[in-house]
Amino acid sequence: MATSSALPVRAWRRVWSGTGSRHLLLALLGLLAVIVYVEAASDFRNLQFAAFGYLGIAAGGLTVLTGLNGQLSLGHGAFMAIGAYTTALFLDDGSPVVPLLGVLVVATLVTVLAGALIGAAAARLHGPYIAGATLALAVGVPGIALHFSDTLGGEQGLGVVAPPVPVWLLDLDYFFTGRDLTPSRYLSYVVWVCLIVTFVLLANLSRSRVGRRWRAVRDDDVAAEVAGIHLGRARVSAFVVSTACAGLAGAVMALVVRLTAPGGYTLTLSLTLLTAVVLGGLGSLWGALIGAGLLSYLPQLATNVGESLGLDQTRAAELAPLVYGAVMIAVILLAPTGIAGAVRALRARRTARAERPPPQTTESTVQQGEMSR
Amino acid sequence: MPHAPAFAMNGVTVRFGGITALDAVDLEVPRGRVLGVIGPNGAGKTTLFNVACGFVTPAEGSVRRDGQPLTGLKPHHLPRHRMARTLQGLGLFERVSVLENVMVGADRTATSGFLSSLLALPRSAADERRLRERALTTLDELGIADYADRVPGSLPYAIRKRVALARALVGEPELLLLDEPASGLSDEEMESLGDLILACRERMSVMLVEHHMDLVMRVCDSIVVLDFGRVIAHGTPDEVREDPAVLAAYLGDEVDRTAAEVPR
Repeated sequence: MATSSALPVRAWRRVWSGTGSRHLLLALLGLLAVIVYVEAASDFRNLQFAAFGYLGIAAGGLTVLTGLNGQLSLGHGAFMAIGAYTTALFLDDGSPVVPLLGVLVVATLVTVLAGALIGAAAARLHGPYIAGATLALAVGVPGIALHFSDTLGGEQGLGVVAPPVPVWLLDLDYFFTGRDLTPSRYLSYVVWVCLIVTFVLLANLSRSRVGRRWRAVRDDDVAAEVAGIHLGRARVSAFVVSTACAGLAGAVMALVVRLTAPGGYTLTLSLTLLTAVVLGGLGSLWGALIGAGLLSYLPQLATNVGESLGLDQTRAAELAPLVYGAVMIAVILLAPTGIAGAVRALRARRTARAERPPPQTTESTVQQGEMSR
Repeated sequence: MPHAPAFAMNGVTVRFGGITALDAVDLEVPRGRVLGVIGPNGAGKTTLFNVACGFVTPAEGSVRRDGQPLTGLKPHHLPRHRMARTLQGLGLFERVSVLENVMVGADRTATSGFLSSLLALPRSAADERRLRERALTTLDELGIADYADRVPGSLPYAIRKRVALARALVGEPELLLLDEPASGLSDEEMESLGDLILACRERMSVMLVEHHMDLVMRVCDSIVVLDFGRVIAHGTPDEVREDPAVLAAYLGDEVDRTAAEVPR
């Protein structure tokens, strides 16, 4: 079908139609965008950007669990806490024994272990009961830090000393930019590289038979079971994948915040994640990213706008929750499937209009349909 | 065992509390044949199907597939035993495309594991391609390939019913369990469903539960009549039709009710 098109076009189609190659390409573009932003932005902006990144990682994991597998978790903040405390225990002074990558991997694995335990229990529960169980987790886990205050620092928490920027990266960055890479920029890179890797892996899963089985279980568990899907295994695997993301997010959050304390991992964090996922559009990784971005920047933006409109500081700060609430209501009313869902619907409507009269179904239209998701 | 029936139940008894839902039921589905299971509401047809797919474990009796006992059968083992079941409603996955609905049914034939899915290895991509092709072929055979990209909710009921059938057929089962496949279909659609079932017979054995007597009489090689959990008659459609016990217990009464039934 592409015999008449030029070679580059064909090569492009080839890359774009392969699941793995498409995700790698998007990851590369994403990385470029991140580099441009991180190098251009100030240290303050970079810390903000890093905060956006770790929320995004956790939201990506949650959207897989809730959007693709239909399990509602109100306790992902607790899994972030597990990742964060593991990291803090490794990096509590300036002399790290394990390289950063190792710390992140261990933190993720520890969270996966906890996730597998909770997931096995959650797989036996349905709907509101999973929500209840995970809610208990969100409330209970920060309490563990208070109970074992000798090792986990109690209310004050544990300080986290981020390891120094590796020399090769310093040199590389200096070579291209002509200035020293600041720790904030470095952390921003760490978080966003983690995010990109996580999202590529999640996107791969989502587009594979693993993701399809998760969706099948979400939509009709009896039919999925009869089709040969082991319900428990599907649910636990979704839960574990999702908690792995939360653990990694918690680990990099610990680096960025430089402190791991119970106050940072309250129920509010879990609910913030859920809000991000719902705002962005359940089940969509882009949506999770958009939602996390909104929640990270909206309060600041609202305050700034308020100040520029001549409100005093206190009043401007009060604008944030108002705008937050207004956006929430607007999305629920105007785009009940979230922002990503609304965009998808809009695009589907446009292609439907463009393609009328209805196309004969060939493989190419199927592939288009696949891609537009 | 070359002559063992594709599916058999021997003395299957199921009790729910004090109620005996199935009482020493015997039946056989010979290879390449269609067995109909009929009976008034509450006769135990659904329970019988649930035993056949492992949702219910019988208190007594055995279930055999090709002569091999299916002990400890679980619903997710069905594809492993080359069995497929359609559900009484539709049981479609409402938020994924028709194509992917059918691909789920073909999942048995894929071999790539979690890791190759996670890393999008070539093996996973090859599996996806194969599943997609298989699903498209099956959709095409059932004449609904045009709807591959649509979500089930946007389609007419009869088409959705066909998608459910495609999902069962795509795994190439040797035994197909159809639970009220004709409910909600028009006469014309029922006619073509009958043709389909008769065509399936070349590749597999079929057991079906159905209320529509026209369809049952047309496609079934033999019929088992249940009443209060017991087999009260067993034979060819003609034999069953003439059986006085059946007439007394069930047929005359039920046909009237069926005729008045509003399509769901």
